[in-house]
Amino acid sequence: MSEFASIDEAELRARTRVLLDEIHPEQTDSQTFRQAQYDHGLALVHFPEGFGGLGLSPKMNLIVRDEILKHSKVFYDNPPASIIGIGMGMPVVNTYATDEQKRRWLPKIFSGEEIWCQMFSEPSAGSDVAGLTSRAVRDGDEWVVNGQKVWTTVAHLSRWGMLVTRTNPDVPKHDGLSYFVLDMQSPGVEVRPLYQITGEAEFNEVFFNDVRIPHENMLGKEGQGWRVAITTLMNERVAIGGGGSKKKGGGAISQLLKLWKERDPSTASAAQNAILRDRVTQAYIEQELLRLTTQRASAAAKAGNPGPEGSVGKLFQAESAKRLWELALDVLGSDGLAFEAGYELRQAAGGTDTTVGLAKYQFLRSRANSIEGGTSEIMKNILGERVLGLPGEPRVDKDVAWKDVPRS
Amino acid sequence: MQTFTDEHEELRATVRQFLADRSDENAVREQMASERGFDDSVWQQLAEQVGLTGLIVPEEHGGAGYGYVELCIVAEEMGRALLCAPYLSTAVMATNALLHCANAEAQKALLSGIAEGSTRATLAYAEAGWNVGDIALNAQEKDGGWVLDGTKHHVLDGQTADVILVAARTGAGIELFRVEGDATGLTRTPIPELDQTRRLATVGFASAPATKVSDGDAQEGLERTLALTLIVLASEQVGGAQWCLDTAADYAKSRLQFGRPIGSYQAIKHKCAEVLVDVEFAKSAAYGASRAAADCLDGEGDWDSLFQSAHMAKSFCSEAYFHAAAENIQIHGGMGFTWEHPAHLYFKRAKASDLLFGDASHHREALADRLGI
Repeated sequence: MSEFASIDEAELRARTRVLLDEIHPEQTDSQTFRQAQYDHGLALVHFPEGFGGLGLSPKMNLIVRDEILKHSKVFYDNPPASIIGIGMGMPVVNTYATDEQKRRWLPKIFSGEEIWCQMFSEPSAGSDVAGLTSRAVRDGDEWVVNGQKVWTTVAHLSRWGMLVTRTNPDVPKHDGLSYFVLDMQSPGVEVRPLYQITGEAEFNEVFFNDVRIPHENMLGKEGQGWRVAITTLMNERVAIGGGGSKKKGGGAISQLLKLWKERDPSTASAAQNAILRDRVTQAYIEQELLRLTTQRASAAAKAGNPGPEGSVGKLFQAESAKRLWELALDVLGSDGLAFEAGYELRQAAGGTDTTVGLAKYQFLRSRANSIEGGTSEIMKNILGERVLGLPGEPRVDKDVAWKDVPRS
Repeated sequence: MQTFTDEHEELRATVRQFLADRSDENAVREQMASERGFDDSVWQQLAEQVGLTGLIVPEEHGGAGYGYVELCIVAEEMGRALLCAPYLSTAVMATNALLHCANAEAQKALLSGIAEGSTRATLAYAEAGWNVGDIALNAQEKDGGWVLDGTKHHVLDGQTADVILVAARTGAGIELFRVEGDATGLTRTPIPELDQTRRLATVGFASAPATKVSDGDAQEGLERTLALTLIVLASEQVGGAQWCLDTAADYAKSRLQFGRPIGSYQAIKHKCAEVLVDVEFAKSAAYGASRAAADCLDGEGDWDSLFQSAHMAKSFCSEAYFHAAAENIQIHGGMGFTWEHPAHLYFKRAKASDLLFGDASHHREALADRLGI
C-alpha cells in the first residue's frame, strides 16, 4: 500500500487541464495563476489536500509542470523573491503550524503575494548559530523580542520572517531557543541593507527593539526552536550543495574560456602564457569533475545507495569557484585593474552582463561561496566526522547554561 | 554516468579477496626485493583461477571479452593492494596494442597465450619523451624480414616479458613489431626504480630481428592504446589513494596525543577531509573515463571524448594520489617515515605512476590541445 493518495499520473494531468481551462497562464499574471494553482491542490502536490497539495509523492510535481508546459508557452516559476518562503517557509509552516495559520500563510507564500525571509544568523553567531544572543521574553500572551539578525535575504521585501531567538538563557544553548513567525510590519522592526564587498546589498540587517509577537505564532513548542530550525537549514544546504553546470563546458568555465580566447597573448611572455594555459585547463578539469560528481551523486541517490560523493560537492564547488574567478582576473591582466560596475552602494541587481564585467563581479562575490551556507572549515568538520568517522572536537559549551558560555 | 551493478560489486569483492590472500603487505615486500619482481604462481592463478589476464581479450581468442568498467574495477583493486605483477604491461598495454594496431595473424598468435597466462608481453614505445609522435627508433627490411636498431626507455616489465611489441619508424610511418624476449641483438637493462613494486627496463636493439605485425601506419592505434592504458592507470591510482585515505583516517582515530585522538584536532581532520574530496573527485574522473572507454568501444561514444577523459583522469588522479599518499605520511608522523610502515610504498607508487606516461601537466597540455584552449 502506498502512503500517498490514489491519484495516478493520468488523473493528475486531467486535474491540471481543469485548472488550465479555468485560468490560463498566457491570459493572466503570475500571482493570479499561482493562487488558482494552489486552490486546485497543484502548487506542491506532496502537501496535504486543502493546503495546496493532493497528498501525492513529491516526484509528481514534475507532472504538473510538464502538463502546464504542454498547453502553455508561459510557465510561472517560483518568483525569485519567494524562493526562501517556498523552499523553507512552506515546509516549516506545513509541519508545525495550525490549520488556521496554514490557511492564512501558505497560499500567499506560494502565489508570491507575501514574501518571507529567514532570520537565523547574528553578528555574534555565524557557524555557531545555536549560540545566538537575541532574546524573547514572555509577557502574557505575547513575546517581546530584542536583538539583531544579519545576512537576511529579501528582508526589505518581506511581510513575514522566520525567527529563531533565545527564550531561555539558563539552559545549554540548543535547549533555550524557540521558533517564531514574525510580522515584519510590527512596530520595532527595522531593516537596513547590508552592503558587501561588491558594493551591492543582497542581504540585510534586521534590528528588533521591543518587538511584540503573539504566542500563537510560535512554531513547535517553547525550547524546540533548534529542531524546527534544523529542518529549514537542511533544505538550505541541499539547495546550495552539488552544483556545477549540467552541460559539458557550460556555466562558469564557459565564461573563463571566452576570456581566454579573447586574450591578447602578445601582452605577456610565452612562458607566462603557458602557465596561464595550464591553470585554465586545471579550472576546466575542476568544473568538469564537479559536473561528473554531481551526476554520480544523483545516480547513487536514485539507486538508493548514496555515498560520500554526495557530501563533497559544496566544499569543492566553493573553493574551485574562488580559484576560477581569481584566475579570470589574471587572464584579463591589466584589464583586470578596472571595475566598470563601480562601487556605488546599492541594492543588488545581480551580476553585470558582459563576460569581462561578470568576471570582476564574480571575483569579489565568490569569496562568499566558502562562507555562506556553511564555511569550508565547517564543511571539512562535517566530512571528517560524518563521512570518515573522526571524533568531534571537545565542546566546552555542551552542558553549560548559555548565559555562562564565554562569547565575543 | 558510471553506476556499478551487483555483478560489478561481486567482481570487486572477488578480486579484493584474491589480493588479500595473495598480495598482502608481506607478499608485496617479498616481490619488490626479488630479482624478477613478481610471483609466477600468483600470475598463473590470476590467469587461471580468476581469469584476469584475458579480461579484455575477445572470447574468440580465449579471453573473457569484458569491457573497461570491469577492467578498471580490477585495476582499482590492484592499485589498492600494490600488486606486483606484469598486469599493466601484459593485460592492458600489450593487449591493446595487439587489438588496435596488429593484424589478425598476430592477434591470433599472442592473445590466447596472454589470456591463459602463458605469455607475458609488453609494449616498448617511449624514447626521448612520452609522445607517440616522437618515436624515432628505426626499422629496416633485411633478408625478407625486419631488423630494429635503437633504444626504448621505461619499458614496463621489459626485463621479464616473453614478447616485446615495439613501435618503430618505417617508410609507412610508425608501425608495430614483435620481438622475442630472447632475440639476438636485444639488451634489457633494469632501471633501479623509485617504485620497487613496478619494474621498468631500458631495452636496446642492435639489428634485432623483428616481425612486423601491423599493416600500415599504426600511430592512431598506438595513441588509442596509450589513452586506454592511461584510463586503467588512473583507476589504479584511485585504488591506491583510497587506501591512503582509509589508512590515514584509521590512524587519526586511534593515535592519541595530548589526551585526545589526533583526528579530533581540526588540523588533522581537515587534512583528511581534503584528501576525501580529492579521492571522490578522482573517482568521478576515473569512473567517467572508464564509462567513456566502454561507450566508445561499444560504438556508442567517440574517440575524442575518450581521449579527453583519459587526459583528465590521468592528470587529476595522479595529483590526488600523490596528495593522499603524502598526507598519509604526514598524519602518521615519524612512523610514516619509517621503512617498516607501508606508507612509503604508496608514496613511491603515487609519484612513479604520476611520472609514468607523462605527468599531470603533460596531460593537461594534451587536453588543452584537444579542447582548443
